[in-house]
Amino acid sequence: MGTISRGFTGRRSSTDAKLPSGQYLTTDFPVLSAGPTPHIPLDRWEFVIDDGTNVLRKWDWKSFRDLPTDTITVDIHCVTRWSKLGTYWEGVSLDTLLADVKTDASYAMARSYGDYTTNLPLKDLRNNQAWIAFRFDGEDLAAEHGGPARLLVPHLYFWKSAKWVRGITLMHHDKPGFWESLGYHIYGNPWKEQRYSDDV
Amino acid sequence: MWRVGTVVALHDETATARTITLKVPDWPNHVGGQHVDVRLTASDGYSTVRSYSIASAPGPQGRIELTIERLPNGEVSPYLAQELAVGDRLELRGPIGGWFVWRSEQTEPIQLIAGGSGIVPLMAMIRSRASAASTAPFRLLYSVREPRAIFYRDELQAQSDRGHSVSITYAYTRATPKDWPRPPSRIDAALIANTTWPSNLVPTCYVGGPTSFVESATDLLIAFGNGRDKVRTERFGSIGERK
Repeated sequence: MGTISRGFTGRRSSTDAKLPSGQYLTTDFPVLSAGPTPHIPLDRWEFVIDDGTNVLRKWDWKSFRDLPTDTITVDIHCVTRWSKLGTYWEGVSLDTLLADVKTDASYAMARSYGDYTTNLPLKDLRNNQAWIAFRFDGEDLAAEHGGPARLLVPHLYFWKSAKWVRGITLMHHDKPGFWESLGYHIYGNPWKEQRYSDDV
Repeated sequence: MWRVGTVVALHDETATARTITLKVPDWPNHVGGQHVDVRLTASDGYSTVRSYSIASAPGPQGRIELTIERLPNGEVSPYLAQELAVGDRLELRGPIGGWFVWRSEQTEPIQLIAGGSGIVPLMAMIRSRASAASTAPFRLLYSVREPRAIFYRDELQAQSDRGHSVSITYAYTRATPKDWPRPPSRIDAALIANTTWPSNLVPTCYVGGPTSFVESATDLLIAFGNGRDKVRTERFGSIGERK
């Protein structure tokens, strides 16, 4: 136990048990972004999977929206310590998007409009764990929350769920993205509290 | 790693905000704009953590200042803003963050835009500029509800008087000082055009405040011709407090 804070009692609730260590519950949906919110017209939106040299797959909004979709109800955990339970999304599974991609890459860099990047092991994008989400709570995803579409990888801290996603670059070696270059953890598992680069 | 800081001074900034000065052994120096995690632990072991911007410039003394606005229904901020006393100890982790920062090597014009308590990390940049004897041209546009809600008023005035080194514009949203030329209103295109650096000087812009404030200020800056890659943001939203 750490240093006791004299006179501090705090609040506890039954939901705390469902939260990773160091998180607290919020019922609203805070916004955290490093810069301005991009506004991307749907007729200019595209999503590209590449290997750093060649384009492997590419969708425009219409062909993307013609893909089969999933509805997803998940808990999300932000490294700034809020968690939100039972969030409801609609999106296209990365399993669908990666289905015809032949690769021996082990890592991926998600790339966004506005030049944000975040890195993940490719296996974390497969097996029904990751989506390109375009609807939240039954509504089109608002620009400030990453619309038209964002990555949704709820088993990692939420900075990995890149807003305004525009593509994924497959990589043989792991490489830090935006926040990962600025002191945040290379992987970001909330259940191990991998917040900052010196967390194990 | 967590460090234990000792409260050495407390100072009320406004009726709802106060500055806590902590002495932290082995504090690794920070840069203006970074934050710390603060961990409170109850006597039964329950603990919770919040992030707060550092208000002070880096210095050799191992001291840092945090300015905490008391949020209604907050779990942590009322404790820090009211209960905490000189001599109490607080657990801290940091400094954290490498993006929303101003470094003394930067010589380009700097535009700071603050909404309410969003001033705190920007004040750390202004103080860092002074302590580094930087001559980088700074402008601050500071939006507050009313005159008595201004943090660091005398110090900002002194900074602004010192050879016009930091030029400061206040914008009031609810009540203004007597005979103030601009009626109470949110920041708008005219205010951005009249008080911020012309975009052809390519200023780096730092915008801190509640989410809706930051969204509108950044949209105005971009409409005024500033590059998206020149605008850095720190959104407080309702983060940091349990609803």
